[in-house]
Formats: sequence, C-alpha cells, structure tokens
Amino acid sequence: MSANMDNHIVRFLGLMTVAALMVLAPSHARAQRVSPAPKADDSPAGNSQNGKKLFTSYGCFECHGHQAEGTPEGKTRLGPNPISFRELVKYIRQPTGQMPPYTSKVASDADLADIYAFLQSLPQPPKADSIPALK
Amino acid sequence: MARKLTVDRRKFLKGAAGGVAGLVASTTAIRAKEPTPVQSASAPLMPKEVDPSNVDVLTTDRSGSDFMVDVLKSLGFEYIASNPGSSFRGLHESVINYGGNQAPEFITCCHEESAIGMAHGYAKIEGKPMCVFVHSNVGLQHGSMAIFNAYCDRVPVYLIAGNTIDATVRRPGVEWDHSAQDLAAMVRDFLKWDDLPISLPHFAESAVRAYKIAMTTPTMPVLLVADSELQEGPIAPDAKFHIPKLALATPPQGESGSVAEAARLLVAAENPVIIADRAARTPAGMMHLIGLAEALQAPVIDQEGRLNFPTRHPLNHTQRSRALMADADVILGLELTDFWGTVHSMRDQLHRTSKPTTRDGAKLISISATDLDVKGNHQDIQRYPEVDLAIAGDAETTLPSLLEAVKRSITNDRKRTLQDRGSKLADAYQKALVQTRSQATYGWDTSPITIPRLSAEMWAQIKNEDWSLVSDVGHASRWPLRMWSFDKHYQFIGGSGGAGVGYGAPASAGAALANKKHGRLSVSIQTDGDLMYAPGILWTMAHHHIPLLSVMHNNRAYHQEVMHIQRMANRHNRGITRAGIGTTIQDPNIDFARVAQGMGVYAQGPITDPKDLGPALRRAIEVVKRGEPALIDAVTEPR
Ligand code: HEC
Repeated sequence: MSANMDNHIVRFLGLMTVAALMVLAPSHARAQRVSPAPKADDSPAGNSQNGKKLFTSYGCFECHGHQAEGTPEGKTRLGPNPISFRELVKYIRQPTGQMPPYTSKVASDADLADIYAFLQSLPQPPKADSIPALK
Repeated sequence: MARKLTVDRRKFLKGAAGGVAGLVASTTAIRAKEPTPVQSASAPLMPKEVDPSNVDVLTTDRSGSDFMVDVLKSLGFEYIASNPGSSFRGLHESVINYGGNQAPEFITCCHEESAIGMAHGYAKIEGKPMCVFVHSNVGLQHGSMAIFNAYCDRVPVYLIAGNTIDATVRRPGVEWDHSAQDLAAMVRDFLKWDDLPISLPHFAESAVRAYKIAMTTPTMPVLLVADSELQEGPIAPDAKFHIPKLALATPPQGESGSVAEAARLLVAAENPVIIADRAARTPAGMMHLIGLAEALQAPVIDQEGRLNFPTRHPLNHTQRSRALMADADVILGLELTDFWGTVHSMRDQLHRTSKPTTRDGAKLISISATDLDVKGNHQDIQRYPEVDLAIAGDAETTLPSLLEAVKRSITNDRKRTLQDRGSKLADAYQKALVQTRSQATYGWDTSPITIPRLSAEMWAQIKNEDWSLVSDVGHASRWPLRMWSFDKHYQFIGGSGGAGVGYGAPASAGAALANKKHGRLSVSIQTDGDLMYAPGILWTMAHHHIPLLSVMHNNRAYHQEVMHIQRMANRHNRGITRAGIGTTIQDPNIDFARVAQGMGVYAQGPITDPKDLGPALRRAIEVVKRGEPALIDAVTEPR
C-alpha cells in the first residue's frame, strides 16, 4: 500500500470523520433522484436471514459494522429501530454524504427489503449503566 | 546538502594524518597484494620494531569509529536501533566493544523500517532522538518510508548510514552495490539536514550540528553518512579530537504584536474554538493549553497529533467538533497539519466536491512552526488555508505569551460572560460523554468483537496503572480517546505522520522501550495489516525485553482499502461483492498468537468471544509487568 494512498486514507478518516462525515450526515429531504420503494408502507416483507448475509456480502458491514452498530461519527448506526424503509432506500440509492451509492443495478429493492428486515431484527443493546466496564 | 568529495581523497588523507590528526584508511589486507600501496599514511602509526616494508600491519587498537562512538556518547544516546550492515561494521563493533554496548546500547532489528519506526516512537515519549544505523543503499531504501513518516510527523530521528566513498578501496561486488555517490539523495526530500563528513573532526562537528538541527523546532530526521574508511581506519592511541559543545536552539515564539492581536480576537469572540494537532510537544504544552482554554472558557478540539488536552476536561469538545465549527466566529489552530481540511469537508463521490464547514466571516488564526520549514516535492503541506492571522512560531512556546495577553484583555464583565459559556460547555460535554457510552453498547456481546468493547475491556484492566497508549487509534475510530481518561502527555503519542503503514508495531516498541525506565505500562492497539509489514519487531521486543502489551485489532483486512475498492465498485455499478479481493488477509487467517509465540513473545488468541478478553488481558498484563512483551490476538470488527 503506498504511503500516499494511505496518507489520503488517514486524512480522510482522521479529519473527515471528525469534521466531514458528521457535517455530511444525510439530509433525506435533499435527495433528488429516488427509486421507488417496493411498497408504499414502511415495512416490506423481507427475509432477515438473507438480509444479514447481504449486509456482509454487499459490504455494508465495512462501514456500519456486522451488527450495523456504526461508529460515533455520522449516522452510521443503522439499527435496532432503523429509519423508515422508504428513507433507507432513498438514502442508499442517492446518498447525500460520503456513503457510496448502491443503485438498483447492483442491489435490488428486494435485497434492500431483506437488509431492512435484518436491521429490524437487531436486539436492543444492554443499558450502559448495567455494564461494569463502561462505568 | 551533502557535499561531494571534490578533493583528491588520498592526498587529503595523507595531509590530514600528518596535520590535524591520524585519520587514515586501513586497507592493509588489500595492500599486501598490490604493488602500489593504497595509502601510506598509516606508516607513522606502526610499532617501531616492525619493519614496514615486509610486515603487514593487520590490527590496530583504536579506530576512527571509536571516536565516533565517543561523539555519540557525548550526545547522550541511550540506544542505537539497527539491522546490521557491513558498511557500518566499524561503528557497530566500536559500539559493542569500545563503547561497552551501553548508552548507546545496540538494539537488534529485523528490518530498517522497524529500526527507524522504533526511533520515531521513542522520540515522542522521551523528547529526544534515538540513533539508528542503516546500511548503505539497501538499508536506507528499506528505511525510507519510516523516515518519511517521522518527517511528516516532525519527529527527530538521528540516522547514520555507512558508505564506502573511495572507489579504489571498495571490495569488488556487493560493496559496490552498497555504495553511493550521494547516498542521502534518495531521502533528502524528507530530511532536515544531511552531511558526509570526510575527517573525524568533521564527523564530530557535523554530528553535533545534526543533533542540534534535528532538535530545533520544527524537529525532523537528519542523516550523517559515515564513510567506512573513516570508521575503520586506525587512529593513534593518544589521538585527541575535539567534540564541539552542544547548545540546543530554543524554539521560536510568535511575534508579540500578532500574539496580542490573536488575544484580542479570542477574547472578543462569542464562540471561539481552539484546535490543536501537534501543539503539545512536551508536558508543558498541555498545561499551557489548559491555561488558555480555561482563561477563555473556550472549547478545545484535539486533533491528537499529540495528546494536547485531557480527554475528561469539560472543555474538551473533540466529540462535538462539527457543531462547534459551524458556530465558531474565531478559530485558533495550533500546529495544525491541515488547516484547510480542518475548515472544509470534501465529498468523495464521482465528482469530488468540497465546502467550508465554518460560517462566513469566521476568523482563522494559525500558530505553527510548519511555516518555518517547508519542502516542495512531497505534498504533506496540504491545501493552502486562507487564514486571517498566520503566526510563524512554535505553538507551545507561544502559548504562555498568548495566555498573558488574553488575561490582560479580559475585563470583569467579560469574565462573567465567559463563565456562562463555560458552564454551558460543561453540560454539553457531559451529554456527549453519555452518548458515547450509549453508542458503545451496540453489539456489546457480539463477535467479531466491537472496538468499543475492546477499548472498554482494556481500560478496565489498565486504569489503575501508570499506563501509556503507544499506538495510533485512528483505525479504531478513536475509541480509547473517547472512553479513557487521558491527562498525561505520555499517555498518547499521536499517529504515524505520513500514514505509511508499518509504523504502528515498531513505533509502539520504541515508545515502550522509552517508557520502560519510567516503569510505565505500555499498551498498544495493533492492527493486523501493519504488523505484517515487518513482524520481526516481535522478536526484537522479546530479545530486548521490551514490556509492551499489544492487543490486536485484527479485522483480517487492509480495511481502509476494502472500503476504497467498495467505493469504486459501487461507483462503477458492478461487482459490489468483490471488494475483498486483494484487500483482505484471510484464507488462511493469520494466527498472530502463534506468530508471536514463534518469536518468543507470550501470546494468546485468536479471541473471538468478547467475554474471554478480560481474563486474557489480565494474564498478559502480568507478563508485561514482569518486563516482557505480550500479545493478545482479538478478532474484531473493522473499525
Ligand atoms: C464505504 C462506506 C459505506 C458502505 C460500504 C455503506 N455505507 Fe451506509 N453510510 C456510510 C456513511 C459514512 C453514512 C453516514 C452518512 C454519509 O456520510 O453518507 C452512511 C449512512 C447510511 C444510511 C443512512 C442512515 C441514517 O440514519 O440516515 C443508511 C440507511 C445506510 N448507510 C445503509 C447502508 C447499507 C444498507 C449498506 C450496504 C448495502 C451501506 N450503507 C454501505 C458509509 C457506508
């Protein structure tokens, strides 16, 4: 890996995460070209098991973590209690921040429905106060 | 900066031997076979009873390199990190025998990148350079990336490279491959100074000068090329050479008028923000910054090139940088490596776009020593920032006078306003802390282990010790800096500077070596990709009993690159499942515990269940407290 390449990377992570990712957090209202959600309602019937697999194979875990736990920078925690399905699809197709776009050419609406089901299935975390190591 | 030898070297050596002192090349073995002696200046040094015409003088009790070691001792080096190389064999032997292998002690490294990386980490803890010997050509090439990192990080590293200048005395073959006309040329772009001394007095003078230059703010690596003839040549037993006195240059302070103007702007500001990157060079820097922040009741954003500000201070608002930047009317940047990037965001999409993160009219003040020494080729200079007041000077040295000027301009009325601001900031700080704790709970019990879980488990084990985190944590989403209470300068040393991967493991080892005599518990969060560049550093730690707890952040990938390739695949609407090709370190998974054990390091892992972490860390810390390195291989989330 070249030093230059990595320089870019660390600048990106070091400074962009501190400043930019948060600044560029999604503004759903601003997204313009939006693929229609598969259903008008917010909870399509998706397969959470398949969604979990896609979350890894489509690379979502790279930036959001295997449990969609995210990092404190930007809106990268996706679950439990995800945003509405409509908002999710809108964002994935046309992100307004740093996230790379996933068009319907590479991730179908049905795939996203499965991913959404996975996000909905995530358990609530323990309370911080109940964890000795966090005190 | 290195001068080429323009004089006839042989004549020069003769003259020097007869004049200043006996500096001569020892090439006696070769001479025996040659009709014409390579040089004759050694004649006066031969014992009287020996007839020089028919007896080969094969030994000498003192060599030039002995004197070089005297010089290195005078400069107070504790260690020389090195991978052995014949171009400095004279120096090497003098260090271990003539010098007694003490102050400096020879630290055996398995790669020059490791040796220089160690010196990089050491200097940030100890506040002074470690010496590094590198072999001519190949050794220096191996080490070049590590020199670049230290340069970008403005860290002093003291390099000595062997070389054989005189073509007529080079051994045929490899010694020619390992000699250069202008050895420093290949790294000069990221050195502060280099020289090629051609006599021992010249060596002494340049060695002292090099130390001074390396240590003058902005501090950087320097390189001396030590000619092998100069090292190996005999010197008279009673030869006395002068070692010049070292007086370090004091760091430059910002000009007083500009400092007063900065104070005026800061005191009058409604929402001032202080941002520090490599500001606290020494423990004093942190104290001064606390003083300034408290006088102004202004929030501090620590970009953590060094530990500039305590993480649990209610004015530490690093976590809230976005909101603060958007509101700020005056921003003071202290030794920022990238002021432009601090006040802009860039969006990495098909068309890269950028926009300011500050509001219109926000005044930008910079205090930085970087303005005093810049170079043209490598672009660590970053994009040109349009600041309103640029003060060239060392931030740490300028802070006391800035603080005085600030105190002078604060009226009682203003003081009350500032106190109100301070209590609001303290509330916001508390809220951010609670949010951070809550964020840490997501995925708490899952595998791969999350980085907040890893950080929390480490913190639970070390918080009652005198600890020092000697690795960067950018790759770990800064979790330790979010969670742990850092309030001592040595508790964090920032990152690599130039982002050349391979810095982490050796720099941690060097910093741990520096911490050793202070009895500190050194810990690092060690990434897998970084360790694989030169894992031989594990052996060096075992061999030299360097107490360091390395906890692997083993995400089995060059994860930053995975994300970059993912970005490209998405951008090109294809192959979104293939970003792992060429970027992951799987199949087979590396068993780092066994790698470490194979090099004599206590190790456990792979640990995949977060519940096993605490007990494993406890056992490893026992080992480290006994003065040995230990490694825990934790299989983790990417970030
Ligand atoms: C290369 C990194 C990266 C990858 C890969 C990635 N994301 Fe994101 N995602 C981000 C970032 C960063 C954000 C925060 C906003 C921004 O900057 O775009 C985000 C935001 C989001 C949001 C908006 C969250 C909110 O609260 O508004 C959703 C939904 C989302 N991602 C889903 C996904 C899914 C599903 C995938 C996989 C199909 C995925 N992301 C892959 C980086 C990524």
